[in-house]
Formats: sequence, structure tokens, C-alpha cells
Amino acid sequence: MTSQQIKILAVMVTLAAIAIIIPNTSSFVILLVTRALAFSILVMSLDILLGFTGLPSLGQAAYLGVGAYMTAILATRYQFGLGYDFWLVILFGMMIGAALAAVFGLLAIRATGVYFLMITLALGQCVWGLAYRWNSLTNGDNGINLGVRPRFGIDLANEVTFFYLVFGFFVLSLLAMYVLVRSPFGRSLTGIRERELRMRILGYNTWLHKYIAFVIAGAFGGLSGVLWAHTAGIVSPENVVLTTSVDALLMDVLGGAGTLVGGAVGAFIVIGLREYLSTLVPWWQYVLGGVYVLTILYLPTGLMGIPERIRQHRAGLTTGIERRKLTSTPS
Amino acid sequence: MTYGFRRSLGAVLGGSLVFAMNTVSVARAEELRIGFLAPTTGIFAAVGKDMVDGFQMYLDDHKNKLGGADVKFIVEDTVGKPDTAVTKARKLILEDKVQMMIGGLLASTGYALAPVSTSEKTVYISPVAAADDLTQRELSKYPYFIRTGWSSSQPSHPLGQWACDQGYKKIAAIGADYAFGYEVIGGFQRAFEACGGKIIQKIWPPIGTKDFGPYIPTIKQDADAIFTLMVGPMSLQFPKQLAAAGNKKPVLGGGTSYDEFVLPSMGDEVIGHVSALMYSAALDTPKNAVFVKEYRTKFGKVPSYYSEVNYTTAQMIDEVIKNDSGKFPGAEPFIKQLAALKIDAVRGPVSIDEMRNPVQNIYIKKVEKKKMFDYDKDELWNVVIKTYPNVNQFGQFNKDEFLKTPVYSRDYPPCKFCE
Amino acid sequence: MDARFWLIQVFNGVSYGALLFLVGSGLSLIFGVMRIVNLSHGSYFLLGGYVALSVIWTTGSWVLSLPIAALAIAMIGLLMERIFLRPLGFDPLRQVLLTVGFAFLFQQAALDIWTGNNFDINPPNVLTQSVAVGGIYLPLYRVFMIAAALIIGTILWLAMEKTRMGAAVRATVDDAQMARGVGIDTSRISMFVFGLGAFLAALGGVIGGAFLGIYPGLDFEILPIAFAVVIIGGMGSLGGAAIGALLVGLADNFGKALFPEVSYFTLYAPMALILAIKPTGLFGRE
Repeated sequence: MTSQQIKILAVMVTLAAIAIIIPNTSSFVILLVTRALAFSILVMSLDILLGFTGLPSLGQAAYLGVGAYMTAILATRYQFGLGYDFWLVILFGMMIGAALAAVFGLLAIRATGVYFLMITLALGQCVWGLAYRWNSLTNGDNGINLGVRPRFGIDLANEVTFFYLVFGFFVLSLLAMYVLVRSPFGRSLTGIRERELRMRILGYNTWLHKYIAFVIAGAFGGLSGVLWAHTAGIVSPENVVLTTSVDALLMDVLGGAGTLVGGAVGAFIVIGLREYLSTLVPWWQYVLGGVYVLTILYLPTGLMGIPERIRQHRAGLTTGIERRKLTSTPS
Repeated sequence: MTYGFRRSLGAVLGGSLVFAMNTVSVARAEELRIGFLAPTTGIFAAVGKDMVDGFQMYLDDHKNKLGGADVKFIVEDTVGKPDTAVTKARKLILEDKVQMMIGGLLASTGYALAPVSTSEKTVYISPVAAADDLTQRELSKYPYFIRTGWSSSQPSHPLGQWACDQGYKKIAAIGADYAFGYEVIGGFQRAFEACGGKIIQKIWPPIGTKDFGPYIPTIKQDADAIFTLMVGPMSLQFPKQLAAAGNKKPVLGGGTSYDEFVLPSMGDEVIGHVSALMYSAALDTPKNAVFVKEYRTKFGKVPSYYSEVNYTTAQMIDEVIKNDSGKFPGAEPFIKQLAALKIDAVRGPVSIDEMRNPVQNIYIKKVEKKKMFDYDKDELWNVVIKTYPNVNQFGQFNKDEFLKTPVYSRDYPPCKFCE
Repeated sequence: MDARFWLIQVFNGVSYGALLFLVGSGLSLIFGVMRIVNLSHGSYFLLGGYVALSVIWTTGSWVLSLPIAALAIAMIGLLMERIFLRPLGFDPLRQVLLTVGFAFLFQQAALDIWTGNNFDINPPNVLTQSVAVGGIYLPLYRVFMIAAALIIGTILWLAMEKTRMGAAVRATVDDAQMARGVGIDTSRISMFVFGLGAFLAALGGVIGGAFLGIYPGLDFEILPIAFAVVIIGGMGSLGGAAIGALLVGLADNFGKALFPEVSYFTLYAPMALILAIKPTGLFGRE
């Protein structure tokens, strides 16, 4: 089997394992895994930008935010989205995420590298500022309590049922993004990441490609927001604060930018460490910080890049701290 | 039977016997598992510490037993964020199997945790989180929720009356821009305007503001007095900056603006400031004198109301469990019994009204520099200058009419006299 | 809103801007020379405040805390640059992420060393008074903040314009390759500038500590504001940092006083717009 096929098999086995094992663990673990799955969709959307297009965005939390707030406002103020119209909310969530990205993209896509980082930071802060102070809409610091989960034939208040729903969305998102990055469009994104100038010379409208990728990432961000709102049951400015965007970025780098599942791996590890380890030992932050630093220094391709590096090491190709790009080469 | 089989059988039997004995013995020494949620890190860390210390001191005084049951006291950090609080609460209930959760600091945390108590059918006691509606208009949503501390607007109602009695006619209000701020100022406004006063301005700096430079100059010059509601680090900075800006007007405030958790760090700029709360460390009763001295010796600082309400909560749980012979009676009976309690707490007599909020004394206190309780240094104390007994959450107002009006918010009561 | 109101607000905005200049100038220089977006800059600010507190607790001297804290954090900055950032070579993205990782480590270390309590840095009594000028009360501490920023700004400007080191730094900002070509040791310049940036941030933390308090979370609160300063003023430009700080200080102040509902938006929206039009900031050098 090719390495690609091995990877796909490994992913499928892991997914199956999650689907089977998790519902039989404690409620708390189910809760954590559900949260990790919902957030993973955001991190994977960031991976499309960072890992495949070479755009480091420090403001992805904004799309989770608009999706989440929209869900919360519709649910509490208009009683919308708590029945079969939940599926409409999913659609709207993706649309509002895409719409926001469409607007922000006009401002951001001209920039590259660290400038792109800065401008997405600024845009993310705008969203945070509004969430924090526009009290009449967002309830400001108090946040919005959703209260109940939707029921449409199945009752999502049941933790296991809800887990399966989020898991389903996770798998679908992963699949959709996988198809996207392997498509000609996706490959041209990778080309832009590697050598934008060359792509332009070859006649590609690189701005448009990047813009579309940005909008798609925004759509998935919005989706993760809708799911997040129902997972946590509460939406607050904390969801769009700078550290949330930073979290997503770090999770992607930790797991391995450019591998899609790397984003999910990173999300699981960080959320697991943060929520679980934090209740066991007080020095878990050092573990997290240390893992970040070591990964960035010695594992630029993240955890998912380890098999590749082992292979290369065997072939005698690595020395000391790698002076390589953060993203792995596509296979 | 073979020798090996007999051995394994013996092991199994022996093991089962030990196991059975353990389960029996566990049932005899009943354990009370209490989950405590407070911000032990972040900008409210000092407050969180007082909350935990207050409860812990009662446990230490009573050999870690409440009502005869051994207590497993698990503290989780909310970092002051409702999101985190909800996750930790679920962990406490689902993993640690606590029979009750206590705590929450901010109104936002209270509003976030109350639904969890309903969905998980677990007792939630709030000594601190004072959001009004949890025991008013939203009461029916939270059958497992009960308060042992106060409601945000409870002390403001008598204070409003007191302000009229002092002859103030126009007051400018400035408070933290969130539910707690709205409710404390709202209660004051309702009471003050009911006896002829006028609130002429309401300013809302965001919670966590440290630079009041933009706000202080906008305070109306023709106000007779200023009413402030500050929490956390805001309480420390605001009076300093107000004094530095040359303020000469009298200052009134919500209890958290001058509570003992921040008072020792304050300077002479707050002497003469008046506030209202159901507790003051300067309460001159024998019970409080003992409490303050013990707390100070143990933790190196004067207790704040955060310490007292948690200490008293432990006391109340002690009483209830004692009546149940050291066993947790189940969530609903526990709530009923706690609500029927009348105790003599450190802060005075406390009982619970039919909407599960305390009825108690409200003390009007003024900051003075003096010696108290045989301490030989002049220090800042919230000296009690007037006591309003038996104040419930509706104060001097009729409960049904009160509930017909909306909950205090940024725009309610409306600022009729705002210029 | 009379003239008195406007005057006080302008004064407040300028004094806040003075503090932001200290934080932002270091960040701007670091970016200009090394093209690194130092996301642990907020941590330097906070750590500066904490170290100053420790100095005050042990020696009782506020005056002493200023240089000690600034130098201590400068050391940390130097070490971080040498040991961790240098080996990554020219890979700005990885360097940025590394600074974030460190920000988290610093946050936890600060929590462990100084606990989670809120602290206030108390300046000497003379600075807590107010001086009455024409009916307006001006807190002396704010005057001190403006004076400090002016003095430090002037020293920096003189160093940049009149010394060889300054010239080397400016050359590296303009074009690092050319600078290397004429024999400037850009890696030493990088180290020096990073340390200087940390020095300035820490100084800001000590001075700001009396004004904002010192508590966990301050690091990530001040960071976006520092970025607003750098972006609006221009990356790599000292003069730009001064103007950016002034603008941000005034905008923040007036925004909160006049349009409280959208006060944060009025700060970050211009930042985004400026970046969209001129990615290096108003006075940025590229």
C-alpha cells in the first residue's frame, strides 16, 4: 500500500475507534471529546489556510464566534433552530461564516506572511470588541445561555446522541476538506504556498484562489461555531478572544500543518491536556508550553510529520534543528 | 477439586468478603462530596481565595465534618469565565459525583451554572453570585438552586432610602457594565427615586477597566453625591483616580466597592465613603469579633464578605446534615430543609425566604480609620452606622409589583432624570 | 461638554499614549529589525511589573525597581533571542509561534512565582498628588508618565540618529542584506534590539503597574493594544510608534468617553483598514 493509503486507513481506524469506544466511557469524557471534535473543525479550517495555502491566520476564532452567536441569538430571542430548523441554522452558520470571511478577505488577502498575521489579528479583535461591548445584541460579558438543545425526532440533550451528531459533522467536514485539498483547486493552493510568484507567472489568479480558500475556511469556521454553541450551551466574548485564535494556530502547528487531521490531533491533545490534566496536576501549563516550544523547535512538521521524519532520518537526511518550512510537503 | 482450583476459589471468596466488608463500612461513614467553584487564578484570584478560605475555615474548625459526615471538598478553578465554570461543574458532577456544587463569583457565572444544576439535578448553592433573577423571575427554571448570600439589589434598597434621609437630591451613578452593576445601581435608583431623589446620570465602564480617565471627567457637576459600583481591581483604582481628579462630593457605593477584600490596600482617599452590605468585618458583635480574629490569625488578613458567606454556608449545611443524622437526604429534601433554616450567623440572624434567597440585616457602613477588636493599629474599617433588620430581596417594595417590572438592566429603571 | 472636559480627555489620552509608546516602541523595533511579531511582548510587560513588585517588597524602593526590572527582563529577552530564536534562522512564522509558546510558559511561571492575586505598584507619595492647573486637576502620575515617555523617546531618537549603533540598526531595518553586505553584524544587532524591546516593555510594565495594576491576564490584554500602536504607527519606525501611541491613546480615551458601546471597535477597525491599505502601517518602512 502506498503511504497515502496507509494514512487513510489509519484515519479510518481511528475514527471507527472513537465512534465505538467513546460512548461507553464516562459522561465527562464524552463531553470533552465532543468539544474537541467541534473545535477541531475550526482548526482544520485553519489548516486549509495555514497548511495548504500558506496563510497564517490569527483571527479564525471570529468565524466560530459569528456562527456561535448567531445560533445563540436565534435560539434565545426568536426560538429558532430548536427543532427541524436546526438544520437551517447549520446552513446559516456556514453562510454567515463565509459572508464574514468574504468581507474580511477583501481587506486581508492582499497581505502575506506576518502582515497577514497582523491584519487577521486586527480583524479578529474587531469581532471581539463588538461581542464584548454591543450589549444589546450579544449581552456583552454575560454571554448568552442557550438553555436547551434541539429536538427533531432525536433528542440532542442526550450526551451520546449529541456526540454522534458532532462526530458526524466532523467526519463530513474532514471528508469535504480532504476532497477539496486533493482537487486541482486544492493543489493550486499548495502551489501558491510554495511559490506564489511562479503560479502567477503560470497564469493563475492567485488572489482569487486565496480569497476562495479564505471564504471556505470561514464557512467551516461558522459551522464549528454552531456546533460549539450547542456543545457548551453558552456563548460569550471568551469564544472570540485573541487567545482562542492563538490556540487554534498552535493546535494546528502541534498536530502538523498541512495534514488536515493534524489539526484535529492537535486540538485533541491540547483540549485533553487543558481540561483533563488541569484537574490532576497544577503544572500542566508547563507541559503545554513546553510541548509547543519543543514542537516548533524540533518538529516543524508537527506530530503528524513524525513518520515522515523517521523515514528521512533513516535515509540520513536530517541534522539538528530543521531549517524547514512549517508545512509538510504534500504526498 | 484440584489444589490450584481450591486456592483460586479461596482467593475469590476471600476477595469478595473483603470487598463486601468495604462496601458495608463505606456506607457507615457517609461521605459528603462538595464541589466548589471559584476563580483561584485570573484577575479575581484574591476574591476566589477568600471564598475558599471562608468555607475551609469552618471545615477546619469542625474536624472536616459537616453534620457528622466526612467532607470531601473539591475546589475547581473557574478563572472567572462562565464557559470554564460550566465545564468544571460538569466534571465535578459527572466525574467526582458531588452531591452539591457551591460557588460562582460573577453574575454571568451564576447564570451559566444554574441551568447545569437543573439539567444534572444537582444542588447548586450560591453564597456569592447574586444575580437577582435567579431567585426572582427565573426561579421556576432552577428548582435545585438556592442562595445563602444575597441578591445584588438587596442592600441597595435600604441604601436608597438612607440616601434620601441624608438629604441628597441628585446623584450620579457609575458602575461596572454587567448584570451585577445594573442590579446594584438599579436597586438603588428604584429606592432613591421612590423617596424623592433623582438619578441624573448613569456611566458604565466595562468590567475590568483600570483607567477611569475617560469616565471621571464626564461626571455631572451638579450631582450632590456619587454612587459607585466597582468589583475586583476596579474597586482599588477608581477611588484613587477619583480623588486624584479632585473630587469633593460625598461618595456612596455598593458593598463590593469597599469590601474588606480590597479595603486594606486602599488609602485615605476612601475615608468617609459609605456603602451597604449584609456584612462588615467591623460588625461589633462578639460572634464577629471571634470570627475576625480567627480568620486574621489563620490567613493573615481581615475576612471579607466573600469569606463570611462561605463560612456561613458551611454552617448551614452542617445544621441540615445534622438533622439528617449525617446522611445526604437527596437533592430535593436538602433544598427544602436548607430553605427552612433559621440560624444565628456571624453576620447576624439569617433565614431564607420562599423564593430561596436570604432574609437578613443590611448594614450601612462608613469607612473610618480606627482601632478595632484589640488591634493596636489604626486601620481602615467599614464601621456600621445603621442597621436595617429583616431585609428581604424586595426590600421596602411589594413583591408582586416588583416581579411585574423587568429585571434591573442597563435601561431599567429608565433614566428619567438623566440630563 | 465644555472646554474643561475636552482638555482633561486630551490629557488623559496623551498620558495613556505615553504608556503605550513604551510598550509599542520596543515591539516596533523588534519587527523592523528582525521581522518577528513578538507575541510574548505582553509577557515582558507583565513580568517587568512583577519583578518591580518583588524589588519593592524586598528593598522598599520604587525608584530602584525601574532599572532592575527593566534590565532583568532585557536579560530574559536577550537569552530568549540567542537560545531559541536565533537557531530558527530566518523563518518568521516559526519564530512568531515560538514567542507564543513562551508567552504561555511565562504566564504559568508568573502565576507560580507571584500567585494569582491582583497587585498595585505604589509609587512614592509625591507622585500620587494632583496639581491644579486652571481649575483642572492633573494627576501628577500621569504627568510623570508623559515625562518618562518623552525622556526615553528622546534618548532612543538620539541613539538612533546620532550613534553608530543607531545607524547600524536603521540600516538593518531598511535592508538587512545590504547591511550585512557593508559589514554590519546583523545578528548582534538583532540580539541587542530584542533585548532593548524587552527592556522598554518591562519599563512600561513598571510604570503602567501603578496605573493598570499587575495581574494574570494583563499580558494578553495589553498585547493587541500594543499591536494597534505598531500597526497604526508603522512597523520599524520609532517616530511612527510615537504617533501611533498618541493616536491609540486618544482614540481609546475618546472612544470610551463618547461611544462606549463600540469603544473597542473604534480602536481595531482603523487598525484593520490601515493594514489593508498600507500593510506596513502608516509610517512603516519596508
